[in-house]
Order: sequence, then structure tokens, then C-alpha cells
Amino acid sequence: MTDLAILIGTTKGLFIGRTDERREKLVLDGPHLVGQEIYAAALDQRDGRRRLLVGALSSHWGPGVTWSDDLGRTWTDSPDGSIAFPEDVDASLARVWQLTPAGPDEPDVVWAGAEPASLWRSDNGGETFALVRGLWDHPHRPQWQPGGGGLCLHTILVDDQDPRSMWIAVSSAGLYRTTDGGQTWEAANKGIKTPFLPADPDTGIEVDGMVAGADAPAPAPEFGQCVHKAIRHPGAPDRLMLQHHWGIYRSEDRGTTWQNVGASIPSAAGDGYELSPFGFPIVAHPRDPDTAWVLPLGSEMQRWTVDGRCRVYRTRDAGDTWEPLTKGLPQEDAYLTILRDGFCADSLDPAGLWFGTRTGELFSSSDEGDSWRLATQHLPPIVCVKAAALR
Amino acid sequence: MRLTIRLAPVLRDAAGGVQTVELSLDEGATVADALSALAQAHPGVGRRVRDERGEIRRHVNVFAGTDNIRDLDGQQTSLADGADVSILPAISGG
Repeated sequence: MTDLAILIGTTKGLFIGRTDERREKLVLDGPHLVGQEIYAAALDQRDGRRRLLVGALSSHWGPGVTWSDDLGRTWTDSPDGSIAFPEDVDASLARVWQLTPAGPDEPDVVWAGAEPASLWRSDNGGETFALVRGLWDHPHRPQWQPGGGGLCLHTILVDDQDPRSMWIAVSSAGLYRTTDGGQTWEAANKGIKTPFLPADPDTGIEVDGMVAGADAPAPAPEFGQCVHKAIRHPGAPDRLMLQHHWGIYRSEDRGTTWQNVGASIPSAAGDGYELSPFGFPIVAHPRDPDTAWVLPLGSEMQRWTVDGRCRVYRTRDAGDTWEPLTKGLPQEDAYLTILRDGFCADSLDPAGLWFGTRTGELFSSSDEGDSWRLATQHLPPIVCVKAAALR
Repeated sequence: MRLTIRLAPVLRDAAGGVQTVELSLDEGATVADALSALAQAHPGVGRRVRDERGEIRRHVNVFAGTDNIRDLDGQQTSLADGADVSILPAISGG
């Protein structure tokens, strides 16, 4: 029977939940790294290792990457700091937002996304990282603006067929892609509307009936989008999907152009936009490239589950249609906030789903979202949930 | 001149378990000099106390004797021979 490790990053430390493939009972281990904010976690099981990588932030002693090779019994970090801006760069690390082991062709490579928005590469399994200068020196970067969570690089998508191709997402800069291993990057946001920016009367952008605020057309600039999370599935290598600050989008050409999908999902009353809804996470199915899940929130002033009802939405056709999933989820007075890395799928069949809330609840599904249960509660605010089948 | 750095308990693991670090510096040394020497001896302590730009982290307090250096000249505060410098976590957070 396969064992699962559920990595639960909170604002006060890391909890490791253990369960089996029935996913009926979750046994918690921890807290680890007590008092530290855990926004990034990954279990790297490539090449015979079992390394738990964590991006931790101590409000006193600063941010860094810490790792454990024995599932949390002991922890190690680099004395000099795993991630530190070089002396010629006038910046200091604020937070590690993402840790992503590269594909099987590069078993020692780990990518990290950080704040201020920057991409880092490790060639020794996540012990030390080097700044990816090609992105840091991008001419757009001085114009990137922070979102509510800070100017963070929070998503790293590696092409499993070509390690030189990858995509990253920054709030609020949008999606960028490289095809040369990170030396050069291009913005990949065409078609993603930005109602939070003033419309450009000179460009007269066609908006296909979408409106920004009253009747002003929403611009779709080259960059500056507030992409909250993006996914890519190896089974549909040219497709990407993303949850934007305003709307869910799909690309069928590796991010060159984007279409808004999911307009049938209800937004909070009074949001004032006709784009599909606000939310932070979007989750890919482990095997089916047409299946994905989102967890919409009321946008501007709310950022909680719409109308006090906790609803996950699932598509089985890559975003053309969506169905609400509510069985077992609270449907009254449920004002829950789920952040961009707070929702994930495990790799079992059928796929399990896990999401954590800012109010310390962890919900799970063993049947791809058809039904849900409260896996645990009373944790500190949950900001990161990752599931891994232990080998 | 010689001085003593006193480490908060939470920092001692990063310094090999010691409570204090004895430093020998040139006359007229400042807190910045002392922290740089400390970081050279114990980089794990150094990066926890100051960021890459050399700024003392927001929730860390450094005392020269009993005076918080933020009330003096910050890291440019001059130290006397035999000075005690203490590094403590601030009473802050949430």
C-alpha cells in the first residue's frame, strides 16, 4: 500500500501528515521549524534520494532553504545561506516562494522562486542556489509591481521533454518563458486582461464583451498581469492554464496567446467584472490533461469563498465547462481563504485532492473532488500544501 | 582591542553551541566591524543577523553594553576595548 506524505506549510511551522492510499486518516507529525513561515515545500525523490526541501522564513533570522533527508527528523541548512543575492545586486532575499525539482534528465537541479521576484538554480539538490541572471536582468523587471503578497516569483513550470524550456509566473508581472535554459526570457501574456490597469484609449483593445469596472475596456498589456498560479500537463504539452487575478485562462500554444475560460463560475456580487472569477490556486490532474480544479474566492475586498460557500470547481474539458463540487464542504457561513500553493493533487488513482485554509483547516478528497472530508483542523494559518507518494 | 559578542540561545547552534564569541579587532572598531568579524567566524550567525546588503534584520536587536545600537549610531557605533555586544531577538512578531 502506498504511503502519502502531505506537507502542510503554515505561518508557524511545517506539519507532515501521513496517510495511506485510502486517505481516511491523517496522522500529523510536527510542527517542524517552529515559528517559521513555510511558503514552499517539495519532496524530491529523484535519483534515489528522499529530500524534503522547505523554504522557511523566520521573522527574526530571515529567509532560506532548509532540507531534511529523513522526513523531518533532522534538518540542515547551508551556513552561508542557500539563497543570497550576489554583492553586485542591490537586493536582499525576502522569502522563498517555490521549490521545484527539475525533470528526470537533471536529477540534481532544483529551481527556486523568490521575493523579490527572482529565479534561482541549484545544481546540488537544493543546498545552494545561483541567481538566474537572464531573468533578473530582463528589461521589464524594474517595471514589475508587487501584488498583495509581495513581488514574488511563485510558479515554475519545467518542460519534461526539454529542460531548456520553462515558464515562470510573477505577481504582478505575468508569465514569462524561456527556451534556452533561462538565458533569455519573453513575456507570454497576450490576451490576459488587466482591469486593474487603466484602459489605453490609443490602442482601443478589443475585449470581446468584457468590461473593466463600468464600461472601460480592459487593457491586455505585454506584461504586468497578476498571474496567481499556472499549470501545465505533460499529456498536453502545448497547453497551459492559469488563474489570474481576474479570471481563468487557457493557452493552447505554449503561452503565446490566451483565452478567458470559466465565465460560468460565479464571482462575488459586486465584483463589477464579467471575467471569470478571482482565486489563487489552479491544480492539474496527475494524469488527465483535460481535468483541473480551481477554488474561486470573492475578489477585491473579500478574498474568501464566494457567498460564504466553499465550492471547488472542476473541469473535465480543459476549462470549457466547470462543475461545482460541494459534498462534504461547508456551505453556510464559510468565509475561507485558500492561497496559491494551498491546494494540490496527489498522484494516486483516483487522484486525491488537498487544500488548506488560512483558518487552519485541511480538507481532502479521495475521489477527485466528488466528496470531501475535513482531514484536520486547528492548525496555524495554512499557506502551502504539497502531497507526495512515498517511494 | 578585544570584545565579547554574547549570543541569544537561539543563535548558538549556528555558532557551534558557544554562548560567547571573543574577537580581537583594531582600535576604533565599530559594531559593523564586529558583526563582520563574527560573520567570518560563524557565517550561519552572520546571515541570520544581517541580510545580503549588510542591514541588521528588522526583528534583531544589537546592544553595545546595555544600549540598543539603533539608539546610538547604528552599525557605526564605536566600541571600546573590552566592550560587550549582545545580539537578541526583538520582542516582536505575531
